Amino acid sequence: MNAEGDMPAVLAEGLTKRFGDFTAVDHLDLGIEKGQVVGFIGPNGAGKSTTIRMLCGLLLPTAGRALVSGFDVGREPEAVREHIGYMSQKFSLYGDLTVRENLRFFGGIYRVRREDFAERMHFAISMAGLEGREDVLVRTLAGGWKQRLALGCAILHRPPVLFLDEPTSGVEPEARRQFWDLIHDLAADRVAILVSTHYMDEAEYCNRVALIDRGKLVAIGTPGELRGHRLSGELYELHCAPLGAALKVLADVPGVIEAAIFGDKLHVVLADGERNAPDLPRLLGAHGVQADPPRRIMPSLEDVFVQLVAHGAEQRVTP
Amino acid sequence: MNLRRLLAMAFKETLQVWRDPRSLAVALLMPLMQMAILGYGVSLDIKHVPLCVYDQENSQASRAIVDRFVSSGWFSVGHVISRESGIRYAMDRGECIAAIVIPVNFSRTLAASGSAPVQAIFDATDVNTTNIALGYAQGVVAQANAAVAAQWNSAHAAQPSLVGQTEIEPSVWFNETLDSRYFIVPGVVAVILALVGAQLTSLTISREWERGTMEQLISTPITALEVMLGKLIPYFVIGMADATFCLAVAIFWFSVPFRGSVGTLFVTTALFNVVVLGIGYLISVRIRSQLGASQVALLVTMLPTTLLSGYTFPIDQMPAPIRALTFFVYPRYYVTILRAIFLKGSGLADLWAPLLGLSLYAAAIIWLAARAFRKRL
Repeated sequence: MNAEGDMPAVLAEGLTKRFGDFTAVDHLDLGIEKGQVVGFIGPNGAGKSTTIRMLCGLLLPTAGRALVSGFDVGREPEAVREHIGYMSQKFSLYGDLTVRENLRFFGGIYRVRREDFAERMHFAISMAGLEGREDVLVRTLAGGWKQRLALGCAILHRPPVLFLDEPTSGVEPEARRQFWDLIHDLAADRVAILVSTHYMDEAEYCNRVALIDRGKLVAIGTPGELRGHRLSGELYELHCAPLGAALKVLADVPGVIEAAIFGDKLHVVLADGERNAPDLPRLLGAHGVQADPPRRIMPSLEDVFVQLVAHGAEQRVTP
Repeated sequence: MNLRRLLAMAFKETLQVWRDPRSLAVALLMPLMQMAILGYGVSLDIKHVPLCVYDQENSQASRAIVDRFVSSGWFSVGHVISRESGIRYAMDRGECIAAIVIPVNFSRTLAASGSAPVQAIFDATDVNTTNIALGYAQGVVAQANAAVAAQWNSAHAAQPSLVGQTEIEPSVWFNETLDSRYFIVPGVVAVILALVGAQLTSLTISREWERGTMEQLISTPITALEVMLGKLIPYFVIGMADATFCLAVAIFWFSVPFRGSVGTLFVTTALFNVVVLGIGYLISVRIRSQLGASQVALLVTMLPTTLLSGYTFPIDQMPAPIRALTFFVYPRYYVTILRAIFLKGSGLADLWAPLLGLSLYAAAIIWLAARAFRKRL
């Protein structure tokens, strides 16, 4: 057992996974303290699932190492598995078993102590909000209930570390919010949690956010830190039409660092916004684009992410 | 190895089989259907061979010969014809596969010399059937000869001792009535157990991969050995239940004589089940789709059990290379064992050779199966 109380619950150093020529995860460093919720954000194929699978001992790292609860994921995967809860991206409970049967199965597999068993089962059922539906086949449950039950199964044995791989994908907004409440309850009990998601708004619920793109960790910090310090310029919101033509024009305007479509408007990052912003409608108008005066806004994590990923790409392209 | 995890796995697997209509059908209906189809359908005996009679003489002696054919039970007279060309016609239409022609001077020749020729014609399109029918016909004729010889001897007051006749008195052991069903039905049981067992376990690991539950399962502390045993225990129980059913049908419905002990039967059947379930499991670990796994399982159980186990085609009559190959075919040991237990009442000590073969096979399969499953993606 791990006796060092001060050690981080998860510690990855230079963690790398290659599949042939393809590098899925590239020298990733990551630390998660007890009671901390770390959001793992990145586009599909960025390497989120691969990283989580390595941390669970399901994939062997090509290089680097990772300790989970003090155990090496490459050398002691079974010890790691005793100390983690894991929810895979795909729903993975047994649809042809009832709620109670699934819980009983995982309780047996995790060897939940018999005197605790009834209490843990009751806890999982009430957490999932499935009281009175214990004998319903799991495949008949709606998405939100399934996800909460899967979480319930993953924490039956009170693991100190929890890995959740896109737990809220395909779940309706109300259920997503409830799910995040549960995650915070667990963090309050000193559980270290790594949650991957592609919903940017969910990043705001995390203590720290790790941005990952093409296998590389692009940035890590609290949501506030990332929003405040990462943007190299000021962010403006611009209502204009047509959007495509506007983007083309803005690409050649000096002082425009970055422009991207956000819904039905543009987000434009400007150097020296005070001076450059008022000129934009006139410049666009000259090219037949209708535009309202730009409005300065606070950057969201998504803005930060878009810029970091775009710059990262440039750095990688330039030799 | 932890008993708690093992039992959790076994219980879960039992629930899943119980709720899977396809597995249930394989476990319960397949033995029933196959027992009926193979038990009734496969018979090497030929009874009531359709016979065409062209009796040119139509005397008391010639009718006596025809009666001998009919009363033997092997032949039944379909046609009595009056022209030689009628034989060809009846054979072409498939109305008979054997014909006898009794010449016009049959009784006169017989009375004068003590022997007279009778022509038998066979349709040899189906060589197997023809050979058997030919054998029956020779048997009938031999009996007739004996009767005629006895008559002739007494009529001519000849001394039989002077002729110095030697007779073979056949004594058939273990399957006294030479009923091929007694020989085949125990083999059918082996075929069914192999098919059903491997089919069921071939789905067990591939099902978890296909439904996406495997990733969750291997993230838990359950060991590969616990997964294997936990999954095989329920199927072992099903396999033994199926075996009991099939063997009971063989004994009580098909009336195959059972001369051995139930204990010997139980031990050997359990061993065979282990081999079969292990093979299905091994396939399931290797092939991650249920359909693919069940196809491969069908192939590797169906072909060797039906063709090379000796269940219908005698191993002794196979060419030497094929015969050598049968030593690697696990059902051959069980078919041999079952027949010996049923018909000869052999005990475990008598069966040491096939038992050793089967045990080695079981050990090898379980060793491979236990190592095959890795808790990695």
